[in-house]
Amino acid sequence: MTIKNKAYIAGAFEHPTRHAPDKSVAQLHAEVARGALEDAGLTKNDIDGYFCGGDAPGTGPLSMVDYMNLKVRHVDSTNIGGSSYIAHVAHAAEAIAAGKCNVALITLAGRPRSEGTAGGVPPRTDNPVQPDFAWEQPFGLATVNAYGLCAMRHMHEFGTTAEQFAWVKVAASHHAQHNPNAVLRDLVTVEQVVKSPMISDPIHRLDCCVISDGGGALIVARPEIAKNLKRPLVKVIGAGEAPKHQMGGNVDLTYSAAVWSGPTAFAEAGIKPADVKYVSVYDSFTVTVVIQLEDLGFCAKGKGGPFVADGNLISGQGKLPFNTDGGGLCNNHPAHRGGMTKVIEAVRQLRGEAHPAVQVKNCDIALAHGTGGLLGTRHGAATLILERE
Amino acid sequence: MDATDNSPEVKAFWEALADGRFLVRRCTDCSRAHWYPRGVCPFCFSGGTEWVDGSGRGTIYSYSVMRRVQTPYAIAYVTLEEGPTMMTNIVDCSFDDLRIGQAVRLSIQKRADGLSLPMFTPA
Ligand SMILES: [Zn+2]
Repeated sequence: MTIKNKAYIAGAFEHPTRHAPDKSVAQLHAEVARGALEDAGLTKNDIDGYFCGGDAPGTGPLSMVDYMNLKVRHVDSTNIGGSSYIAHVAHAAEAIAAGKCNVALITLAGRPRSEGTAGGVPPRTDNPVQPDFAWEQPFGLATVNAYGLCAMRHMHEFGTTAEQFAWVKVAASHHAQHNPNAVLRDLVTVEQVVKSPMISDPIHRLDCCVISDGGGALIVARPEIAKNLKRPLVKVIGAGEAPKHQMGGNVDLTYSAAVWSGPTAFAEAGIKPADVKYVSVYDSFTVTVVIQLEDLGFCAKGKGGPFVADGNLISGQGKLPFNTDGGGLCNNHPAHRGGMTKVIEAVRQLRGEAHPAVQVKNCDIALAHGTGGLLGTRHGAATLILERE
Repeated sequence: MDATDNSPEVKAFWEALADGRFLVRRCTDCSRAHWYPRGVCPFCFSGGTEWVDGSGRGTIYSYSVMRRVQTPYAIAYVTLEEGPTMMTNIVDCSFDDLRIGQAVRLSIQKRADGLSLPMFTPA
């Protein structure tokens, strides 16, 4: 069974807030659900499938379906970190194709900024019962140094430079200047990035994504339903997912699980990387983008540094416009999980509803890709390919 | 809960380390060493794995020095002479002189709470 042509993204909504001290996490989930339903032109009673990740308060989907008072016949709380929501779109399409639901709601929300919860620097406090905990936590594994390990190895093996990584942030800032909701709206230069404080070698402060409250939601619908709505049609044509880990001690930080999820998605969609007009690619750190673009086949392995340099990711200027909302690097990284906003901006691009300054011309095929968890230890990749109909 | 008392599976490792011995887990069927230590071989899925004395020698696969904290520290992946690569810290060194590929040797470090940890220092 393929999910190609079996489902459409009928609704998409990104919460405008980036700081929500006066709202609960459950409330933010419900607010983005309202926003996505309104965008689609559907109502709460149309929803018969619900999808959420580890940010949803409660046991899997249970507390949130209760809070929103949803009557659903299919739920899925796959949690592979920030890429979960990209996988959820594929899972929703699978459920629709199998007849398990007709209209799926996917939500993400969180308030790390208001709650002052850990950013990238403090050692992670994962569950002590997980088997890897004792072999990582005592050594000060944080988020930023997990990515630092990958960036150091990439520089060592391929000669990638700090300036090349910095270009990813520069491109994101070019896009974020047009987004009134973005956390960081100022243009930055390569020099500003490499001269910003070193957090964990070789990652500077401006190589990191923002910390923000907020959320987003998607409505995935059966073709017959989507075609009766008033919104432009954005069709799911391919998806792939894969985890990658330490492989019993055969650690190789030069590539991500996108080497598996990408080809699966391209094969299902029946397209090549060169057919993609716009990419939303997870940008927890600048290095994340470089490694993923290589693994997805947009350039050869090891050539990601030169590929992202000189504005090649800037819309209207480079060959591969990326994260035109400003991405996690400048716009929004709600709940420390960037997968949802990746899909939302891809939908805007395919609908022709991105900001005019960053809208990609004739944007008919877009790809959204995420890396959830930690690139340096274990992560879950999810790739989604969408087509405007 | 302490990081190391989560599992009877690896209790012997931490006890040996407190006594100054660094153990590596190896499969009695496929003979390959793995990391982190497990009761089930991650390569051939055999249930027969055993402790062997590690040489404590390795090379730095990658590292990153956390700078924006009160006491900077170097996290690293070290590839052991026995084969597998493990996460650790590089200690007693000038962080600015560290490099990938550098030879390192085991340096058991006792934490303030008395827990011994397998760290490395330039060889
Ligand atoms: Zn074995």
